[in-house]
Amino acid sequence: MEPVARRLLRDTRAARRPLAVSGLVGAVGAVLVVAQAVLLARVIAHVFIDGQSLGDVRGDLVALAAVVAGRGVVAALFDAVGRFGALRVMSELRARLGQRMLVARPTGLPGERAGELTTAVVQGVDALETFFARYLPQVMLSALVPVAVLAWVLPHDLPAGLILAVTIPLVPLFMALVGLKARDDVRKRERTLALLGTHFLDVVRGLRTLRAFGREHAQDETLARVGDRYRRETLRTLRVAFLSAFVLELLAMLGTALVAATVGIQLAQGHLELTVGLAVLLLAPELYAPLRSMGQQHHASADGLAAAERIFEVLDAPRTVAVPEHPRVAPDPARSPVVLEGVRLTHPGRAEPVLDGADLTLEPGELVALVGHSGAGKSTLATLLLRLADPDEGAVRCGGVDLRDVDADAWRARTAWAPQRGRLFAGTLAENLRLGAPGATDAELEAALAAADALEIVAGLPDGLDTRMGDGGRALSAGQVQRLVVARALVRRAPLLVLDEPTASLDAPTAARVADGVLAAARGRTTLLITHDPALAARADRVVALRRGRVVETPRPTAAGMEAVAV
Amino acid sequence: MTGSLSAVLRAAPPARPRFTASVALAAGAVMSAIALMTVSGALISHAALRPPVLALTVAIVCVRALALSRAVLRYLERLVSHDLAFRSLAQLRVRFFRAVVPLVPGTRIARGDLLSRFVADVDRLQDLYLRALSPPIVAFVTSAAAVIAAGVILPVGGLVVAAALVLGGIGLPLLTGRLARTAGRRQAAAQATLAGEVVELAEGASELVAFGCGPERIRRLADADAQLAGLARRDAVAGAVASGLGAVLSGGAAVAVLLVAIPAVRGDRLDGILLAAVTLLAMAAFEAVQPLPAAAQSLSACAAAATRLEEVERMEPPVTAPAAPRPVPQEGALVAEGVSVRYDPDGPWVLRHVDLRLEPGARIALVGPSGVGKTTLADLLVRFRDPDEGRVTLGGVDLRELDPEDVRRAVRLSGQDAHVFATTLRENLRLARPDAGDSRLMEVLRDVGLDVWVDGLPDGLNTMLGEGGATVSGGQRQRIGVARALLADGRFLVLDEPTAHLDRAGAAAFLDDLDRIAGDRGVLVITHERELPGRFDRIVELA
Repeated sequence: MEPVARRLLRDTRAARRPLAVSGLVGAVGAVLVVAQAVLLARVIAHVFIDGQSLGDVRGDLVALAAVVAGRGVVAALFDAVGRFGALRVMSELRARLGQRMLVARPTGLPGERAGELTTAVVQGVDALETFFARYLPQVMLSALVPVAVLAWVLPHDLPAGLILAVTIPLVPLFMALVGLKARDDVRKRERTLALLGTHFLDVVRGLRTLRAFGREHAQDETLARVGDRYRRETLRTLRVAFLSAFVLELLAMLGTALVAATVGIQLAQGHLELTVGLAVLLLAPELYAPLRSMGQQHHASADGLAAAERIFEVLDAPRTVAVPEHPRVAPDPARSPVVLEGVRLTHPGRAEPVLDGADLTLEPGELVALVGHSGAGKSTLATLLLRLADPDEGAVRCGGVDLRDVDADAWRARTAWAPQRGRLFAGTLAENLRLGAPGATDAELEAALAAADALEIVAGLPDGLDTRMGDGGRALSAGQVQRLVVARALVRRAPLLVLDEPTASLDAPTAARVADGVLAAARGRTTLLITHDPALAARADRVVALRRGRVVETPRPTAAGMEAVAV
Repeated sequence: MTGSLSAVLRAAPPARPRFTASVALAAGAVMSAIALMTVSGALISHAALRPPVLALTVAIVCVRALALSRAVLRYLERLVSHDLAFRSLAQLRVRFFRAVVPLVPGTRIARGDLLSRFVADVDRLQDLYLRALSPPIVAFVTSAAAVIAAGVILPVGGLVVAAALVLGGIGLPLLTGRLARTAGRRQAAAQATLAGEVVELAEGASELVAFGCGPERIRRLADADAQLAGLARRDAVAGAVASGLGAVLSGGAAVAVLLVAIPAVRGDRLDGILLAAVTLLAMAAFEAVQPLPAAAQSLSACAAAATRLEEVERMEPPVTAPAAPRPVPQEGALVAEGVSVRYDPDGPWVLRHVDLRLEPGARIALVGPSGVGKTTLADLLVRFRDPDEGRVTLGGVDLRELDPEDVRRAVRLSGQDAHVFATTLRENLRLARPDAGDSRLMEVLRDVGLDVWVDGLPDGLNTMLGEGGATVSGGQRQRIGVARALLADGRFLVLDEPTAHLDRAGAAAFLDDLDRIAGDRGVLVITHERELPGRFDRIVELA
């Protein structure tokens, strides 16, 4: 079993009990398999050899019918237990993934990674259903049925029993050998195949670009060529991959054929009764059946195992903020300054730190504008203040307390944030505005909306504050969303306010109105205002810039002087 | 059912010899297995009469040959049918790509999600032969063979086998199909809810955490999950009933055959040697119909996909080339004259009476807030769509009288959403000009300010981009698009948001360079920036 499969078993507690029940049901099923074969053989032998009539074998036939019915019940139970168990495992994994996403998200980097995460949680977990519902129970059946069959065959017909006992372990052995070879092969080709496989999607998505350059016709030939290459590459892999199924099939079939011949010869020599011979013949294919089906399920659960690797990547992602063992009381930014001391932070996967020895003090009630060119680390600095991340070196303190010694949620309760590309969630506009302040009154919402120049947006909505937002809800422009996100931050009356580019996608008159309103609303709160807009920055108490990972004091810019700051 | 079988058949690319071969191989493999059990039953019964061992040789050889042929045929069948699947996939992709080309942009299929579904639908049809059409044919052929074989041994036995196969092959899939459909419909809705919760958690995690809504969201995720799991459990019960019934049918067939065969043996209508054979045949024959429930699901998925694809094939392209296109005038301006556009016949106007004049050599900026129709205007200028009112002319000729592809050769568009393909940077640029050499490519990259970035790439121009390749930021992608537009010859350049994602200094430098590089080409820069740092002959505001 692959390491990831072992980890799945070890890690998912919900899987254990259903698997145990599956094992119990499977064991009953294995006994019924033997009973059905023996009863069938007895009926046939009594009629054929002993010349008995339908009436004579009625007892056995009734028993046989009962066993058949029993096998039906067992098959249904086995199926149901497997799937119920799988569903519980899937729920457990989804819950854990959900929790992990909240503590281990690469902060402030929305977009591409979010898509991957969603795929892992939705499709990835679904893909695991086959593994838990079908493959694992089948593995148990593959162990139980041969034991039951051999337990009956070996004492009754040693030669046939030996054939079965020898071929059965050969099946997984050969499969493993062939499978290993195939796996190396597949891994080698995976990248090419993945590229070729997504080529069509890529071309269709880029159709607009292709058409702008008159290259759409050239794609006919490319598609055919890439398709052909994909086919040849895949078939080369499959030729080897299918070998494992071939070996399985061949061993099962030859095993059955060998048993038939051995039983036939023993019967002809008078060493065996027909009842035993027939029963052995009937049991031979039953012995191999679970193994064959396991092979198929193994194939089908490959997607799930690939998904499991991604799922574990998410589950293993480290926390972005420290969890103190004995948390201190969260300090209040309204009374004490918030201080960044020699903060250094490197984004995962980057060589250069984005913040490298950054110092900054925000006095209580002070409005500080933070400027700097794109990518300078302004939003990253904001995530440190909000404790969505902790610095690699240095510290963020408030009132002398290192924030790492404070419970992150307790600190965050003292902060409000309007992110650069904020989003509205599914739900009504009012619910969205109350995201960080569930108890806010309608009047408070309206005040915040007025400050963010968003009252006219609400007035334009069909149901006002009760209009549904987010996916499937009302579509708003980027500028409208931004104003609502700013309003949402204002509704939360927190002492530390972080506004990230509050006017970036707004036209000039709107931006000016938002600036007026927001600055008025922020008065008295400690505020970090990240902006590209020189007019807005000029209205702060103090302007600082991020340059090469450090914070530098900057004269308050005029509109003309802004270029010098940004470079 | 949301799709029809005839749509599937119409979608199927021609593949008769390979399809026939794969069906024949599959049927051969199933029949080998059935024959193996039947012959073995006869062999053992015969042996029980104590004939000389030599008399059993033929049957023994036969049984071994059947075992071998079963495994070999199955292996070959899988190779042939997968080969067929990949071949038809390649054909399907070319065919439906041709169908979708004239529809993007300008029709609703151009929406990202619909385009993704379109690709998924085409890919789904690769199952069409392998999983949807082949299994029923194979099941029919092998069932018929099994019924005939049983009928030859004992006519009434043939009837029993036929009845069992019809129940197992048609009745059971119908039952499970119905159960699965109702469950599937409700599950799809629950799944969408769950996916929605997950997307919000993934994309909005930092905001949710910052606002202290984490626990609340986890609870909502659990609720959505419980909802889905409840439906899935009902579905599981249906599946369990089906698999139980399947087991009962196969064992029940054996019992039923015995009930009719035992009196036949007593009445000398059946040789006792064949009693075991016909019973084993009845049990083994179930392999013939086993793949049918899965095939029914595949078929209905293929039918739905094929039906949606037919809709795409029937869609009207937004622009068509005139029967006799006029040659593109080599001189004169690109002019929009009072153009109006709306996406629905009674929807709101996206553009209303807009005029714009772009002379060769001119530098014009088109500004306005987002959503005001700037990109739609760009589409009109390259004839991705035609105006509902007014007209666009090039050198005085209405674009509708020109071949749209000729228009796009004269007017080069760098769209707002420049796509980066999963190939090398070189190929990504050369799609605009296949004969461009590396030195020319590097020159253009310098012009758009990407030279530093390229120098930092592991393999320079050979670096793989796109999915699985080096990451390209939004700003870089945009500039790759501009580089393409610069590489391609054209008398006009329409650049949609070329400075988005750039800071002011960067944007100013870029626009200054552009002025130099563009030379006597007429340039239209579309942007939502309020104050443009570059030099323009004219700034047109769209409101």
